[in-house]
Amino acid sequence: MAVRVQREAFEAAVEAGALVAGRTDVGSIVTFTGLVRGEAEGRALTSLTLEHYPQMTEAELARIEAEAVARFGLQDALIIHRYGELKPGEPIVLVVTLAAHRQAAFEAAEFLMDYLKSRAPFWKKEAFADGSDTWVDARETDASALARWQAALTQK
Amino acid sequence: MPWKGETVQSETISDVLPPAAAGQRLTVRYFAWVREKVGHAEETIEVPDGIATVGELVTWLAARGPGYEDAFRRPGVVRAALDQVHVKPAAPLRGAREIAFFPPVTGG
Repeated sequence: MAVRVQREAFEAAVEAGALVAGRTDVGSIVTFTGLVRGEAEGRALTSLTLEHYPQMTEAELARIEAEAVARFGLQDALIIHRYGELKPGEPIVLVVTLAAHRQAAFEAAEFLMDYLKSRAPFWKKEAFADGSDTWVDARETDASALARWQAALTQK
Repeated sequence: MPWKGETVQSETISDVLPPAAAGQRLTVRYFAWVREKVGHAEETIEVPDGIATVGELVTWLAARGPGYEDAFRRPGVVRAALDQVHVKPAAPLRGAREIAFFPPVTGG
C-alpha cells in the first residue's frame, strides 16, 4: 500500500507494472488517471494550480487507502496525487487497485476516487487566458457519491 | 468538585482538567480562499476563556476583523481539521496543537 503526494508527473502504466512485478497471485489491475481538462465553463484554461495541506494529504490518503484495502480485500493499492501548477492534458491523480478478481478492483478504484474527492485536502485554482483566476467550487455530486458508499455498507 | 476538607479518592485526569481549552496555544492555518480572505496562511493563538469547540473558535475568529468576517461569512461552508483530521464544529479543541480552516476540498 503506498501513497505519494508530489509535484512531478507520473506514468500510469509504469506505476501499475511496478506494483505487480514478480507477482502471479494478482488477477486484476485497475488504474484510473484524472487529467487536467483544458476548458472550464466554456473558457480556455492556461493552467490549474493545486494547493494542498502538506502534513494532512498523505495521512488522509493513507486512511482512505487502508479503508479500501480492508473493505474490498485488495492485494495492493497505490495513490499518487500531484500538487503545484499543472497544464491542460497533464495527469493529476492516479489510483491503482490490485485484486484477485475484477469486481473488487473496479469498485475499490471508484470508492477511492469518490472518497479522495470529498476528503483529500487539495484545492484547485483555474487560470484563464485573460489573466483571471478562480477557485474551483466543490461539487454536490462528489458529496453525494460518498453517501452512496456509506449507504451500501448499511445494506449488507 | 470537592469542597474544602474533602479528600478526593479517584478522579480521572479529565475530571481535573477544565472543560474549556482556555490558555491553550494553537497553531491556526488557513488554505485557499480562506487564506486569501484572512490575509495570512498561519498564526498562533491562545484559546480565550469560554471557547471549547471548533465552532466557538470560528465565532471568535470571525469577529477579529473584516478579513476574518469575510472568510467565515457563510455558515457551514468553511471546513476544519484538528491535528490533520477532519472534524465537525462540535469537536472539542482541548489537546489539539493545530487547527486548519479551508473550503470544501477539490482534489482528485
